[in-house]
Amino acid sequence: MATFEQAASLAARLAVDSVKEQFSPQERLEAVQKIEEEELQYMPMPDTMRTKILGMCRENKVAAVSAVVLAVMALVIIFADKLTVYDPNAINLLERLQPPSKVHWCGTDDLGRDIFTRILYGGRVSLLVGVIPTTISMVIGIVLGMVSGYIRQLDAVIMRMADIVLAFPSIVLAMVVMYTLGATTSNIFIALSMIGWAGTARIVRSQTLSLREQEFVEAARGMGVKKWTIMFRHILPNCLPSLIVLFTLNIPDAILSEANLSFLGVGTQPPDSSWGLMVSQARTFAVSSPWMLIFPSLAILIMVLALNFLGDGLRDAVDPHMKK
Amino acid sequence: MLKYIAKRVLVTIPVLIGVVFLIFVMLSVVPGDPLTVMMGEKIKVDVIERLSETMHLNDPWYIRFVWYLRDVVLHGDFGMSYKLMRSVSSLIANAFPKTLMLAVTAAVLSWIVGIPAGIVSAVRKNSLVDHLFMGFALCGVSIPAFSVGMLLQNIFNGILPVSGFASPIHLILPAMVLGWNAAGTIARLTRSSLLEVLEDDYIRTARAKGLAPLPVILGHALKNSLLPVITMMAIQISSLLSGAVITETLFSIPGIGRLTVDAINGRDMPLLQGTVIFTTTVIIAGNLVADILYSVVDPRIRVEGGK
Repeated sequence: MATFEQAASLAARLAVDSVKEQFSPQERLEAVQKIEEEELQYMPMPDTMRTKILGMCRENKVAAVSAVVLAVMALVIIFADKLTVYDPNAINLLERLQPPSKVHWCGTDDLGRDIFTRILYGGRVSLLVGVIPTTISMVIGIVLGMVSGYIRQLDAVIMRMADIVLAFPSIVLAMVVMYTLGATTSNIFIALSMIGWAGTARIVRSQTLSLREQEFVEAARGMGVKKWTIMFRHILPNCLPSLIVLFTLNIPDAILSEANLSFLGVGTQPPDSSWGLMVSQARTFAVSSPWMLIFPSLAILIMVLALNFLGDGLRDAVDPHMKK
Repeated sequence: MLKYIAKRVLVTIPVLIGVVFLIFVMLSVVPGDPLTVMMGEKIKVDVIERLSETMHLNDPWYIRFVWYLRDVVLHGDFGMSYKLMRSVSSLIANAFPKTLMLAVTAAVLSWIVGIPAGIVSAVRKNSLVDHLFMGFALCGVSIPAFSVGMLLQNIFNGILPVSGFASPIHLILPAMVLGWNAAGTIARLTRSSLLEVLEDDYIRTARAKGLAPLPVILGHALKNSLLPVITMMAIQISSLLSGAVITETLFSIPGIGRLTVDAINGRDMPLLQGTVIFTTTVIIAGNLVADILYSVVDPRIRVEGGK
């Protein structure tokens, strides 16, 4: 082998020498620069999160549109008080059960409250319920999942806890928690956080299990990096893409759960409005005044559908293997 | 095989005990005196003392937990309902068949609709039909069941029975509501799983040797692609029983979901404990059966799990 390598290096040197003789130093420099420029042009961009998401927006129009729809909905909900002249809780019995018109875009309910206004304000509950419990449960799930996957002595305990939470039908467990704590909006956050962490923990654990066997983690361990530093600086960043997808797909679940709880009477309490509660209140009037049922339902459908489309798009872009 | 089953069964026991414990503790800390719930405010002092004694109400909660666990495990006895003055077990035994009928009807409906829709979508990938079916499926998982239910009640008012549980016809609307969500999940899963299998080498071989497209899909690909779908069907027991809470409340079906909601509204603790523990046990059992079935269908699971 040694002789072959020697021969190869000799040949290379000869080739370089012959080039040197043919071109002046200035010409050679220019040639090298040209090659470098061309290489830069054709070198694939490193696959960062941002390029992946931008690529998704180009290819998956539905997901891109969903993102825009969600942004508009969020803005409209946040600036609700600037967009409507009505008070969401102002009772006006003279104008009760009016069909949609120029004055009341989505009609009025049985107490004469403007439904469009109540949808805007009720959206705040949905938005908060979508984001806050999902964030809390993801943080809990990430920490417990990583600990479970990395510190094996704690694995069995944490995973049995997750098994117990996942064994319940989620709406029933949420109902029991709301019954125990009392039906207020902040307790909805607690109930949904208590339930949501288990699924995240399972996914993070399985990713940690495969990541901890990889060379870069082994190298860090070999250099004496501390456990927690490895978990949060080396393993967590590698879980991030799938966690972003998971976050997007957990939000609609939380929104639907709140709607279900409110429908069953253990979620948002009147006179506050939430989309689920509004649909629930439409029950007696659904035949005579279908707008009471249709508009809040549409609000839920559009928001949840957009989140699901966006989540699916992100998943396909970031991690095709998560499709299962 | 037996070893695998035994292991799976053993693992579920601590989970079951954990479920009972969690529910018991959560409901023990609820403020309010069970006897006032039971008898009303005008209850006599000696009656309180006597009942407290027989119901072990004076004992600390962990002692009561042991009593409760013993009754449940040995006698299948969940205690007496405060409000209905009947044993919780008999109430559950009465309600469960109705829920089961509803869930099974909805599940069968979701398979009949979901699997063919998934197959067509996979075969005609990115066609108009595919987008339509997948849009329909995604709507099924994105719209709250009670919205759909109320809409259907509205539309079919006078054509089909919209509440109660008197005949099989009463099941049509609730099963449609419950089944849409399930069908959506099944269709999406069938599609993605079939798409994955269609790219495998043995499918290319089958095509290369000149088999017609339809036998390749139905005979070769479908069999393997349905493996995850089968697991999904078992997991759906959980979502169907969850969904039954909403559907039964909306359609006034006296099933187990309705019983749970009634127990919450009536602050009927033993009934709530009983229904929640029972429902969860059914789900755990369902998942166990699914695991075992899956290991029968796909021996690779058993081997990997046995390590």
